[in-house]
Amino acid sequence: MRQIENPIVVYKQVTKAYGDLNVLKKIDFKIYPGEKVVLIGSSGSGKTTLMRLLMMLEKPTGGEIYVEGERIFPAIHRSEKKKVHQIKNDIGMVFQQFNLFPHMTILENIMEAPVHVKKEPKAQAQAYALELLEKVGLSDKADAYPSQLSGGQTQRVAIARALAMRPKILLFDEPTSALDPELVGEVLKVIKEIAQDGSTTMLLVTHEMKFARDVADRVCFFDKGVIAEQGSPQEIFEHPKTERLKQFLNRFLNTGKDEEYENA
Amino acid sequence: MSIVEVGTFLLKGLGTTLATVVAATLLALLLAFLVGILRTTRWKILNAILAIYVEVFRGSSVLVQLFWIYFVFPFFNIQLSAYVTAVLAIGLNYGAYGSEVVRSAIRSVPKTQLEACAALNINGFLRMRRVVLPQAIVVMMPSFGNLQIELIKATSLVSMVTLSDLTYYATVLNNRTMQTTTIYLALLIIYYLVTRPFAFGTKKLEKKLSIWRA
Repeated sequence: MRQIENPIVVYKQVTKAYGDLNVLKKIDFKIYPGEKVVLIGSSGSGKTTLMRLLMMLEKPTGGEIYVEGERIFPAIHRSEKKKVHQIKNDIGMVFQQFNLFPHMTILENIMEAPVHVKKEPKAQAQAYALELLEKVGLSDKADAYPSQLSGGQTQRVAIARALAMRPKILLFDEPTSALDPELVGEVLKVIKEIAQDGSTTMLLVTHEMKFARDVADRVCFFDKGVIAEQGSPQEIFEHPKTERLKQFLNRFLNTGKDEEYENA
Repeated sequence: MSIVEVGTFLLKGLGTTLATVVAATLLALLLAFLVGILRTTRWKILNAILAIYVEVFRGSSVLVQLFWIYFVFPFFNIQLSAYVTAVLAIGLNYGAYGSEVVRSAIRSVPKTQLEACAALNINGFLRMRRVVLPQAIVVMMPSFGNLQIELIKATSLVSMVTLSDLTYYATVLNNRTMQTTTIYLALLIIYYLVTRPFAFGTKKLEKKLSIWRA
């Protein structure tokens, strides 16, 4: 952990409730620049919600969230709201269901936000988009529509689309959960490359434990709305302390979910 | 008179019918998108006002609306020509129907698309123009095709406010010659032929707009 620097993301006493259901309970959580943090835990434990709050897809019920030292929640004043808009450009997200724009070609999908939100010149945006497509191994698909791609290819485009905004923070919400097993490997490979060559801060929710161990600087185990345990991959996977984490890991060891990744 | 002679006589009204169709369609489209889009926003008061417009014009007949604008409005010192009356009544009526088509099509765009927009900081009007409408319009097209044909047929009412359209000339000829069967058969065929290019056009457009679909 690089705690010498100031954290890039700070959650302060953040809670999230849907009616009576407390999904997050007073979470205090910090992420440092360049850090790769993997969130694990069974479904409903709050890990995806924590991520969605940072992307501002949902609002916390209580607490405060800071990004790059600026408060993004609660944003009360007009000047804060303006800042929030700027900060949003620094955060990218890759979804479980890909969510490409189906009516745009692959190239258009990637160029859309840089050209229309960041107002980058078209030629520049296109050059970078093509560069990113090459990076994810899909140069030949620039003019295809999303419906013509496989799930794995679609997700690689979605990753390129998020990268096109040159985000400082990149969020992955179960990026391989909707994929056929034989397509998981190609997506994880791309994510791993980004993790290795970038200073990008990454927050990942995944059920691929072998992959988590490879990319993570820190692993956080979520259980019933709190971070029950966190530490280096080694600490978490080899020396789990809490009973809940041991149970959770056991379940995964027996399901063999990581097979495809190891074969890739 | 042969059916061809009858048909040729009726065609004197074709210009008026087409002029009404085109202008009313443009007005209806404008209203459909404007009202349909605004009704998906969170502005409650505006929403309520627009809902009343939709209810009033969907809930009463085009013929009555024509009569109102042409015969009742003058009592309130609003005098409009027969042509403007026809375009207004039909445009407002089909705009109300169309706005519901636009509204529900916008609602049909998956929430996940809006989340993708949020993640890329694509908001507000940009989101509507670049992401939501291009997907929604494909959903609108079949209904728009139907409404277009309905609208064309609805223009057969405009002779009731003195416009000389296809139906007007059929009535005139019928009063003169009493060749009822021939005249209304010819009229039927002409209306059918008028709808064809429009139906063909909307089908073509639908195909073009949905090119991205698998």
